[in-house]
Amino acid sequence: MNRLSADNVTLAYDQRIIAEQLSVEIPDHSFTVIVGPNACGKSTLLRALSRMLKPSEGRVLLDGQVIQSLPAKQVARTLGLLPQSSVAPDGITVGDLVSRGRYPHQGLLRQWSAEDERVVREAMEQTGVAELAGRYVDELSGGQRQRVWIAMALAQQTPLLLLDEPTTYLDIQHQIDVLDLCAELHEEQGRTLVAVLHDLNHAARYATHLIALRDGKVIAQGPPGDIVTAELVEEVFHLRCQVIEDPETGTPLVVPAARSARTRAARRSAVTEAS
Amino acid sequence: MKTTRVTRTHDACADPGAPPAGRTRWTARSVHIPGGLSLRLDVRAFTVVVALLLAALAASVLLIGTGDFPIPASDVLRTLAGQGDQGQEFVIRELRLPRALVGLLVGACLGLGGALFQSVARNPLGSPDVLGLSQGATAGALVVIVLFSGSATAVTLGALAGGLLTGLAIYLLAWKRGVHGYRLVLVGIGVNAVVTAVNGYLITKADFVDAARAVVWMTGSLNGRDWTQVWPLLALFVVLLPLVAGNARGLRMLEMGDDISHALGVRAERVRMLLMGSAVLLTAAATAAAGPVAFVALTAPQLARRLTRSPGPNLAAATCMGAALLVAADWASQRVLGADQLPVGVVTGVLGGAYLLWLLVTERRKGRI
Repeated sequence: MNRLSADNVTLAYDQRIIAEQLSVEIPDHSFTVIVGPNACGKSTLLRALSRMLKPSEGRVLLDGQVIQSLPAKQVARTLGLLPQSSVAPDGITVGDLVSRGRYPHQGLLRQWSAEDERVVREAMEQTGVAELAGRYVDELSGGQRQRVWIAMALAQQTPLLLLDEPTTYLDIQHQIDVLDLCAELHEEQGRTLVAVLHDLNHAARYATHLIALRDGKVIAQGPPGDIVTAELVEEVFHLRCQVIEDPETGTPLVVPAARSARTRAARRSAVTEAS
Repeated sequence: MKTTRVTRTHDACADPGAPPAGRTRWTARSVHIPGGLSLRLDVRAFTVVVALLLAALAASVLLIGTGDFPIPASDVLRTLAGQGDQGQEFVIRELRLPRALVGLLVGACLGLGGALFQSVARNPLGSPDVLGLSQGATAGALVVIVLFSGSATAVTLGALAGGLLTGLAIYLLAWKRGVHGYRLVLVGIGVNAVVTAVNGYLITKADFVDAARAVVWMTGSLNGRDWTQVWPLLALFVVLLPLVAGNARGLRMLEMGDDISHALGVRAERVRMLLMGSAVLLTAAATAAAGPVAFVALTAPQLARRLTRSPGPNLAAATCMGAALLVAADWASQRVLGADQLPVGVVTGVLGGAYLLWLLVTERRKGRI
């Protein structure tokens, strides 16, 4: 049995229902990526998995227990989350911010141990922000800042790590940087990663397990090599495309049809239907 | 007891067993006590807290020595130690010490309450005097003074009730799946406007004697405060302090947003409710004891933060800063116009207003407002 799963959940904000009777399993030690068009409910699903949103029906299970029933700090030692938006407090240094990731391991009388020190240092080295430790977070570039937040999530030392669109607002070089870092965390440390990504090609390249959502329903799930086909992309994103082999990795690469080709194809099918 | 320094610059190639070598900034020192206990200490912030505490106590000694019957600081200290002559003993023990203690406690309550509110609102404007809590307490006091011509104790209770009710109203109006910064500030400003109008109406209804009493109360003053004001304030402070201290680390996490703090295992809404409740109690009690002393809750946390240069709510520093500010302002008001002439609220109002203007001008230059 997998450590994290959603069992028949209905997800809603106030009265607005985003997904109904959705069931998802996150395979242990996988790099699971959730993809789908805007407003398909992928971030909402991630919020439910990280117990930020309580399902109005059904339940999210962590290690066989309903996630809401577990103590908050215990969950925080098992499952980390990198949300889409976070505010760095004014005048905080990189080292101090990363140190805050140790919060769930600390208490009023055990505020800072040698272990905390070691873990924070490792997290900063892994994400390549160790040299920035004394700098103020406000002074950093977007890419550096995202690495700092990831370092903070790593310092939390959770076997499961959820990332909500970790590459948004980054330029292409930093996007690849962050994704390589995620792949490294997954491969070398065996952490289970769940990320919401916008870019289907990034998802297909890095994920070991892909979940394709549309209108709050799972359309397909499995290894990208097995499920990413032109038909699936059309069904999920309503986009005509070719799926070819990525020359670098051999994973599926989605090449959207050129506009003229798309209109031609549409015209062709219209003609076929008419005759 | 062993101490290790927590470095802010980490040596990438250091031997993991060796203590890390720091090269640039040292901001925190961790203290390990055998038995697995460890505390984290920001050296600069700790120094600031100690210095402010000493400043508050020194100002209190000066304040006790000031009045129609001046007493040198050395005599004040000797009397407090129980070795003064009888005349001084009476003046100090019965008249001036309680006044100074009320000043210290009121300042501490306002400083702490202000720091809690500003941190929850993530905005310096989210302080109790801007949000209408002081006005709410004033409304409670005015109702007792104007409508019932009540006793001093009744006025205190009225102010406490008014402050608590206003706090509750703000919380309920601002609550929408959690209280958030801008909502809290805007709702508070709205509530402040309504309550101020009510207060204006109450004053127009009052007869001459009541109106004069009300106006003195509304300026904020420590005149004639005695031991009956000290004990309830002290009790409240002693009860709330551990509650606030226990949740302070959660509050630091909350400043990064609800999502991150949830992810770190902070029960955001619970921490926020507990701390806002405490802040309302502290502010209402302080206002009930001394009247709505202007601007201490707004300025103390901001000044404290500029001294510690430490991120986070800086609760201890803000508390000591509030106490020091209030006692120093009371001392200044007596020195400027002679004893009992100028209520302390006038001095804090002038200083606080000037500070607010300075803040607006400098922050504007930095392009933050």
